[in-house]
Amino acid sequence: MTAPSTNTAKPATGIPALLKTAFINALIALVLFSLMIGIRTEAGSSGQLTYWTRFGDLASIVAAVFGGSIVIELLRQWIGPTGAEKLVPPAVQSGISFIGRYLAPALLIFTLLVPVIFYNQRYILDLAILVLTYVMLGWGLNVVVGLAGLLDLGYVAFYAVGAYSYGLLATNFGWSFWICLPLAGILAAFWGVLLGFPVLRLRGDYLAIVTLAFGEIIRLVIINWQDLTGGPNGVSGIPRPTFFGIPLDNSDDGLAARLGIEYSPTHRIVFLFYLILALALLTNWATIRLRRLPIGRAWEALREDEVACRALGINTTTTKLTAFATGAMFGGFAGAFFATRQGFISPESFTFQESALVLAIVVLGGMGSQLGVALSALAMIGGFELFRGLEGYRMLVFGMAMVLIMIWRPRGLIGHRAPTVYLTKAKAISSDLVKEGHG
Amino acid sequence: MSGDKILSVDRLAMRFGGIVAVQDLSFAAERKKITALIGPNGAGKTTVFNCITGFYKPSGGAIRLTHDGGRTIALERLNDFRIAKQAKVARTFQNIRLFPGMTALENLMVAQHNALMRASGFTFLGLIGAPGYRDAEKRAIDLATDWLKRVNLLDRADDAAGNFAYGDQRRLEIARAMCTEPALLCLDEPAAGLNARESAALSELLLSIRDELGTSILLIEHDMSVVMEISDHIVVMDHGVKIAEGTPREVRDDPKVIAAYLGADEEEAAAVMEGGS
Repeated sequence: MTAPSTNTAKPATGIPALLKTAFINALIALVLFSLMIGIRTEAGSSGQLTYWTRFGDLASIVAAVFGGSIVIELLRQWIGPTGAEKLVPPAVQSGISFIGRYLAPALLIFTLLVPVIFYNQRYILDLAILVLTYVMLGWGLNVVVGLAGLLDLGYVAFYAVGAYSYGLLATNFGWSFWICLPLAGILAAFWGVLLGFPVLRLRGDYLAIVTLAFGEIIRLVIINWQDLTGGPNGVSGIPRPTFFGIPLDNSDDGLAARLGIEYSPTHRIVFLFYLILALALLTNWATIRLRRLPIGRAWEALREDEVACRALGINTTTTKLTAFATGAMFGGFAGAFFATRQGFISPESFTFQESALVLAIVVLGGMGSQLGVALSALAMIGGFELFRGLEGYRMLVFGMAMVLIMIWRPRGLIGHRAPTVYLTKAKAISSDLVKEGHG
Repeated sequence: MSGDKILSVDRLAMRFGGIVAVQDLSFAAERKKITALIGPNGAGKTTVFNCITGFYKPSGGAIRLTHDGGRTIALERLNDFRIAKQAKVARTFQNIRLFPGMTALENLMVAQHNALMRASGFTFLGLIGAPGYRDAEKRAIDLATDWLKRVNLLDRADDAAGNFAYGDQRRLEIARAMCTEPALLCLDEPAAGLNARESAALSELLLSIRDELGTSILLIEHDMSVVMEISDHIVVMDHGVKIAEGTPREVRDDPKVIAAYLGADEEEAAAVMEGGS
């Protein structure tokens, strides 16, 4: 604005527009924060209202917003999705594609070795189990949201059905984990179909709201059906998993005693780690396999164009129901694992926040991408723990990181789509062409 | 109209609230022939198509499809996907509806969904990699490859359909409809937006579908060069009713058709003629 003649090389949308955007953002911040931060109110000693002003803090916040919006705008222009290719030299690009090809196997090998490397670090093992649980949930939801394009905000309902199925069957009838695991999946899939029927005609926002409500209904039923579920007190004393009938405890017929090694509580953690890894890999294998089968292609076609699907003779009703049921089944497996790991479940664990978190993992990872979902689960759950040292600022840092990723990669970490069948060469399909589905 | 009818539409009516889109429309399409449905914009052609392919439920009338073996299906009683699946009626859309994020080959594979679903034992056999399914998938790929060759898109089989040029998308959509192995192919303005060379190629493709595969075709078209060249029979509609039908030559010389296309309505034309006499 001050010296436009020196900036003639810049496009018209250069510095003046940048400053204008920053100024508007700062103004909005000023209006918002003038009451939130500028004036502090408190109840005085005798109940009267006392207040004092903090204009210094307000000024610094507004200045931060002004500077921040300039930085974000510059980032958007320089390393945004359109400019990304130009800035990265070819050598680095080929390096990235090399990494891309071997990233998944390398990650898998590393994951397999986690209990060996971190055997003595209980905290890391627990965190790894948590991350893997969310990887599995993300992969399960990916079938519904990423492949079939049906926005499901109530995925935690199936997680809860799985957890309570195992918890109740095990505590009431004493059934073993390995019998209950498939039952939990089947029951969750059944609930998926039940949810599917009424919402089939809904699209977009309406579908999202109904699935959201369904998630809450399941939670409220669990809270209020006290005779069966114990209500808010939850179900406790859920049996720990056994190594195909051999308990992993300190007793004489425990696994450690039978193998003749010294008992350690870490054995159980390591076992749980490999259990959830196996379940997650099963989910991944099944999803990859399903994508290449007619049903998987129909899911993706449904996401792309539902009318065209019907014109080709595809029964969109059953196709949607199978997507719901498949996603729900994996959620049920994860729920059964959650119950056996915790030994205690209560409705507290199945709030909307969990659904939102799993959905965020899928969206951030790139809808439909298995590797992307795994990476984003690692980043979201692991990263959240990483910022624990920041205490109060954790949410702030986390939120900013998400905003930056969404500016940089609006279609998720891995946005492109790999074809399911090819004649000569599989070429990745740009995310610009792939539809997000209608709901 | 004599001969072997594949589709007969009898007193078809379609009303949207108070608006009458199609009224008392009767026509037939012969087997292994190309029947064209023409008329000015807003004549109700696409509405008729949507009734035949089950996207609308007709307010009245009957639509009968007779298969080779003599089996007759009442289309007005089936809903959309069953018409494609059981009655073997395939269609394309006026505004192209491909799966843009999927490759050309994948688009043609989705079209063979029902056959492949059966072959994959409704997913279960396919999931464990049964050899029967692998053979079926191979055959499906062969059929798709064959169609990509016919529409001259074989070298672009692994490219996303959304990246195709407009004319290529039109041809791919026809190939996709044909991959369902239909008895009746319904094309909604297949030549819209094509240049002269592409239109000529389209005419050739449609004639080869009729002559080599013996598929009956029903098409809506505005491009008169295409319609007059390839149609065996033409039905002309205006304001939701049939105003003429016959061979291309008969229709071309019909004064009512000329009046409809020039924008004058029949009463006006009659008034002009009376005044002149």
